[in-house]
Amino acid sequence: MALLEVENLKTDFTTDQGMVHAVRDVTFSVEQGEALGIVGESGSGKSQTMYSIIGLLADNGIVNAKRITFDGKDIAPENFVNKKTYEDAMKDIRGNSMAMIFQDPMTFLNPIMKIGDQLTETIMNHNKVSEKDAHELALELMRKVGIPSPEKRINQYPFEFTGGMRQRIIIAIALANNPKLIIADEPTTALDVTIQAQVLELIDELKKNSGSAVIMITHDLGVVAKLCDRIAIMYGGKIVEIGTDKEIFYDPKHPYTKGLLNCIANPDEDDDKELEPIPGSPPDLLNPPKGCPFVDRCTEAMRVCKEYQPEVTKFTETHQCACWLCHEKAVTK
Amino acid sequence: MSEKPILSVRNLKTYFDVTKGLFSKKQIVKAVDDVSFDVMPNETFGLVGESGCGKTTLGRTIVKLYDPVEGSIEFMGKDIANLKGAELKAYRKDMQMIFQDPYASLNPRMTVGEIIKEPMIIHNIYNTDAEREERVVELLRIVGLKPDHIRRYPAEFSGGQRQRIGIARALAVNPKFIVCDEPISALDVSIQAQVINLLENIQKEMGLSYLFIAHDLSMVKHISDKIGVMYLGHMVEMGKSDDVYHRPLHPYTTALLSAIPIPDPDVAKAKSRILLEGEIPSPINPPTGCPFSTRCPKATERCRKEMPQPIEVGGRMVACHLYER
Ligand SMILES: Nc1ncnc2c1ncn2[C@@H]1O[C@H](COP(=O)(O)OP(=O)(O)OP(=O)(O)O)[C@@H](O)[C@H]1O
Ligand SMILES: Nc1ncnc2c1ncn2[C@@H]1O[C@H](COP(=O)(O)OP(=O)(O)OP(=O)(O)O)[C@@H](O)[C@H]1O
Ligand code: SF4
Ligand code: SF4
Ligand SMILES: [Mg+2]
Ligand SMILES: [Mg+2]
Repeated sequence: MALLEVENLKTDFTTDQGMVHAVRDVTFSVEQGEALGIVGESGSGKSQTMYSIIGLLADNGIVNAKRITFDGKDIAPENFVNKKTYEDAMKDIRGNSMAMIFQDPMTFLNPIMKIGDQLTETIMNHNKVSEKDAHELALELMRKVGIPSPEKRINQYPFEFTGGMRQRIIIAIALANNPKLIIADEPTTALDVTIQAQVLELIDELKKNSGSAVIMITHDLGVVAKLCDRIAIMYGGKIVEIGTDKEIFYDPKHPYTKGLLNCIANPDEDDDKELEPIPGSPPDLLNPPKGCPFVDRCTEAMRVCKEYQPEVTKFTETHQCACWLCHEKAVTK
Repeated sequence: MSEKPILSVRNLKTYFDVTKGLFSKKQIVKAVDDVSFDVMPNETFGLVGESGCGKTTLGRTIVKLYDPVEGSIEFMGKDIANLKGAELKAYRKDMQMIFQDPYASLNPRMTVGEIIKEPMIIHNIYNTDAEREERVVELLRIVGLKPDHIRRYPAEFSGGQRQRIGIARALAVNPKFIVCDEPISALDVSIQAQVINLLENIQKEMGLSYLFIAHDLSMVKHISDKIGVMYLGHMVEMGKSDDVYHRPLHPYTTALLSAIPIPDPDVAKAKSRILLEGEIPSPINPPTGCPFSTRCPKATERCRKEMPQPIEVGGRMVACHLYER
């Protein structure tokens, strides 16, 4: 059994304008120790997919799922007796076997608590150690994530840290927990390239040394290429293609995935290669298209695409794609 | 080369006084510190560097939003510091800027038509409103928007579309030079390529020059003829884009390049990176000697004491003691 299994997840938001269909029938799983990348444009539903799973959805959100299991436990919200038991259970899981690294580290740091106290608190919640040992361990963790002069820094408050250092503290807290799953939502988007490289390296080390699984949400194809074993491509609230890193980069099947790969500049490649942008813009999830979410921008769209949602075609054990072009009827035509 | 640069910046310094209290010690941020470079007609000069290194300040000084404390900016052979009256107005027309944030840089209460028309009115470019309207429609077409967008408001457009409106506005007065300050950073990958191609096509058609500011080295390399790398207010390396990218000289350029995540799993996973220690020092108390000396893997005693001066190495400029003879 996989560490995380998600089947037919749907998330809607009630708003003044109507229902926003943010996550539209998403199915995927994450194995122990593997890194899954979730890539997609702004608004494609990456964050809400994760928030729905870990119980951090906004109040106007409604989750529906056939199945969500984590580490063998059923964590689908509708299978709890009430909202409170669900929230308590999720809070416990989030503090123990899951760690989260978000774009803004201040979401998880207490602004009026010293960095050292936040670290020792986490350590003592998870290990039976004395306060003195916890303090020592905190220093060691800070050293490990590359905080300069930790003896001085341990007594400082979050506002005295730069964005990169705060993100490293979050990773230090994750290290203390020894989580089974790390969920990182654009953890390096706000950081400079050289600092981003440091943070990615840390997450990679964490994954390799402690065997934690990682879900990395990003719009940066370079980041997933570096860090992930498998990649899911999201578009218009759906996973349109999923496969291993090599399948996605070297043998993309979905027109959106192909388009995405054609419109990034690979600085290692020839310079004069013209970028091929994808025309148009993503669909409005208040009124998503009836058929394929990509139909308005797809150069290969057929009549069927407007009317019917594409079925999933499986190419290998790991590689699948939801596009009518891959369907046996279109292939044999 | 006999061609003369359209823009020539020499020893430019733009400082900010950030002293807090009345009785505190004077604190100065040397946001741009002794920067020199040339941009040729029809050329794109890419400016890269990490947050706070002075890119925006340099761009804003060039378009005369900030006054430099020292140094000179020559545009088409004239020092812009001394421009007055009609000449100054002409400069403000020829030199346009596109801003980083497509959400904040357009007036939400003006229609798209009014936004694009405004600079035409300021600069008295057309005589009648009908002529201006005609030009707006043409500009909308150039940037890939529709004529009927003219009466709509910015809020009704996506980020990429808003950036196009900003580009149309900059083009409205037929400039010769555009400072593009991170015009694609706020956009999705698939939309970034649309804007980059648009800028490239406009350049070909109208013969414009760009100063293209970004922190994304891959896109900068794609669009630029030359690249300048900034660190803590200084230009540390400058040269043809291919040279800088494939044969970086300055240790900071090398580290910056090695930090780019390459969108190719085999390459990215095999690539070993030069991980820089620590973070960028505060520009209020910059290190003595070489600005990069606190993080440079090759720093020596001398680097911590003496500031390296820009020198020419194989048709390129680099400021690093390693290359001095
Ligand atoms: N509380 C909410 N109420 C209504 N709509 C919401 C709410 N939260 C998110 N949405 C909508 O749900 C959709 C998916 O949002 P999500 O945050 O998952 O996007 P994303 O893929 O993470 O994008 P980004 O890359 O910009 O973070 C968007 O259309 C968004 O506007
Ligand atoms: N108006 C100002 N007053 C005081 N300090 C300023 C001002 N504008 C910029 N600075 C400071 O000058 C330095 C350079 O800032 P600048 O905005 O030019 O950097 P940048 O390279 O454009 O960074 P980014 O990539 O974050 O946009 C920074 O330390 C900044 O804090
Ligand atoms: S299903 Fe049709 S519209 Fe959708 S991606 Fe495939 S070909 Fe294009
Ligand atoms: S001058 Fe010294 S510290 Fe500066 S970049 Fe060169 S080697 Fe490094
Ligand atoms: Mg998100
Ligand atoms: Mg800037």
